[in-house]
Amino acid sequence: MGKKLLALLLSAVMVCAMATGCGKEETPASGEQANAETGKVYYLNFKPEADAAWQALAKQYTEETGVEVKVVTAASGEYEATLTTEMAKSSAPTMFQVGNQNALATWQDYCLDLTGTEVFNEMTTEDFNIKGEDGGTYAIGYCYEAFGLITNKALLAKAGYSVEDIKDFASLKTIVEDITARKDELGFSAFSSAGLDGSSSWRFSGHLANMPLFYEFRDDNVTSQPAEVTGAYLDNFKAIWDLYINNSTVDVAALATATGDQSEAEFGKGEAVFFQNGTWEYANLVTDETKGFLMNKDDLTMLPIYCGVEGEENAALCCGTENCWAVNSQASEADQKATLDFMKWVVTSDAGTQMMAEQFGPIPFKAAKASENVFFTAANDLIADGKYVVTWAFNYTPNVDAWRTGVVSALQQYSANGGSWDDVVTAYVNGWATQYQNQ
Amino acid sequence: MSKKKKNNAAVMNSRLISRPIQRCFPLFVLPTFIAFCIGFIWPFAQGIYLSFCKFTIPQNAKFVAFQNYAKVFRDPGFLYSFFYTAAFAIVSIIVINVIAFSVAYFLTQNIKGANLFRTVFFMPNLIGGIVLGYIWSMIFDGILRKYGTFLLAKTEYGFWGLLILMCWQQVGYMMIIYIAGIQSVSEDIMEAAKIDGANKVQTLFRITIPNVMSSFTICIFLTMTNSFKLFDQNLALTGGMPVAFQPDGSMVNTTEMLALNIFNTFYTGANSRGVAQAKSVVFFLLVAALSLLQLKFTREKEVQS
Repeated sequence: MGKKLLALLLSAVMVCAMATGCGKEETPASGEQANAETGKVYYLNFKPEADAAWQALAKQYTEETGVEVKVVTAASGEYEATLTTEMAKSSAPTMFQVGNQNALATWQDYCLDLTGTEVFNEMTTEDFNIKGEDGGTYAIGYCYEAFGLITNKALLAKAGYSVEDIKDFASLKTIVEDITARKDELGFSAFSSAGLDGSSSWRFSGHLANMPLFYEFRDDNVTSQPAEVTGAYLDNFKAIWDLYINNSTVDVAALATATGDQSEAEFGKGEAVFFQNGTWEYANLVTDETKGFLMNKDDLTMLPIYCGVEGEENAALCCGTENCWAVNSQASEADQKATLDFMKWVVTSDAGTQMMAEQFGPIPFKAAKASENVFFTAANDLIADGKYVVTWAFNYTPNVDAWRTGVVSALQQYSANGGSWDDVVTAYVNGWATQYQNQ
Repeated sequence: MSKKKKNNAAVMNSRLISRPIQRCFPLFVLPTFIAFCIGFIWPFAQGIYLSFCKFTIPQNAKFVAFQNYAKVFRDPGFLYSFFYTAAFAIVSIIVINVIAFSVAYFLTQNIKGANLFRTVFFMPNLIGGIVLGYIWSMIFDGILRKYGTFLLAKTEYGFWGLLILMCWQQVGYMMIIYIAGIQSVSEDIMEAAKIDGANKVQTLFRITIPNVMSSFTICIFLTMTNSFKLFDQNLALTGGMPVAFQPDGSMVNTTEMLALNIFNTFYTGANSRGVAQAKSVVFFLLVAALSLLQLKFTREKEVQS
């Protein structure tokens, strides 16, 4: 009897499951019909921290226009893998990110040329766009970021200096070394830890290494991915790196394993005057209550990274982006149109620009709203003063992860294991050539 | 009641009933077979096809014949990781099995609290590899910092670190298999050996070990395949670092094992996905061949008791 009852129950469950299964399938079928004419948007977002804002914005757009917008966010560090799987599905993303030349090379077949589209015409600059070899614009930079030396002005004043005293590498070095000499008396260090753990090393293998790359490319008039780099400015890279590691909160030996959170916390708690990072740190340092640093935004600014290059007193911050939208060229035309309409709405509507300003700072579109972020203020002020922008030369890096792994490994050996600087040079110069050939 | 059961069994064994059921076997196998096809056969076949293609996603694959395979064998990183993996496999097979067997042997000697020990030794197996990797990297770095160095400073640290991690994780599992083997050695043989005057060492080497050869077969098989397909622990512990530069400028991640090498290759760049796929086909052939060889080899040593 008991067995029969169990069998009956099980079959009931099975029937229910089948019924709901069918039921679920029916809903999108009718929805698809409606969407066949209007198209729909599927955005694969790669910034987990902006997920909630995107979901809310998508919902609002659907309410206003009736167009279905699906936003999926890839887990941190899993964007490329997620994109690969999602693209293989029948309902592939219609809108995704292509952050640099390397990514464009991989996804070229899926990128629509955006030149002349409505959203493209709304842009104020083409500096952040990614162009293919044929000159077409395959991804548009929807926001930009700047990095440099985040500076705690209050601490700097305590040490007896102001930001105006820092004009070039020599003046930076003098001040930094003075702070280190009086470290115990002052109670803080010059730099927060330049950790080489994976959570932090990109600040140096990516961002700091941009300095020698930028100056080298400027001298050689490089405008597309070069097959080789010369490392002409690597001595400058060494100078600023040595300054970082010899004047930081932690011992050189501990750098290899120091994390990004640690460095941020040191700066947030006022243990260091300088912290090399970007505009995206604003929320973490000033407004994020769970982190609890809640620094006074008036105490903060961002200085250019000086490394001893001639004329660098005229440098502004390093501005660029890896946040570039691409539209799936293999999606149906209706979907492409719906996606382009959505993109235009995001950068022109009140709700869209508001959200963009909150999440991404000032965006390079005509209808952009002002941002609270003082780091962007610093970036814009420097540009307004007529200083030259240090662009993100590292966007040309071939096989970017592999190249950076090599540089990080060499930096670790050099900094914390008695290795030679020559290895860094090899990783930087030969590594580039190898990765260029491998790609 | 018991009579009825017997009748049932008799009925089931009768040809009249069992034949039609046996004839229906495809129907019963079908669900599993479909699942196996979807989850294994099809992806496997597609994987082999893709290894001859240049692709970003499977749908845009372009046939390039043997280009990918040619690149595989010219990649110093792949060849290095093969020898590194082989070295790791050999060392870990020996170390893990020796420790696991010793622990199993001592825990079958009527020690007080043996069950508690068995549980404790088995526990690390319940933790996922990626978590273990991160935890152990912190432990190692904590220790090495005292000596002014760190885990990624030297290839050797990564190698022995991974070995310690794998021992810690796998010894418990292998121990359980050895305990089962040791306990199933017939009491009669042991008693006979005792009466014949064999001492403990003689009993161990002449009686116990030959009789648990089947356990050795399975444990060596498991540790070998585990070492070859090791991925999570490798990724989390060192991620392949440190990097060594060859004279020609090519890079070799000196603690990168085969599986991690394949994974890293896949996401390197635009043209590397097919190469990674070709590597994984080579990898499959290699592991399959080694496992078959090893099975054949140890099977010959097994004793029937």
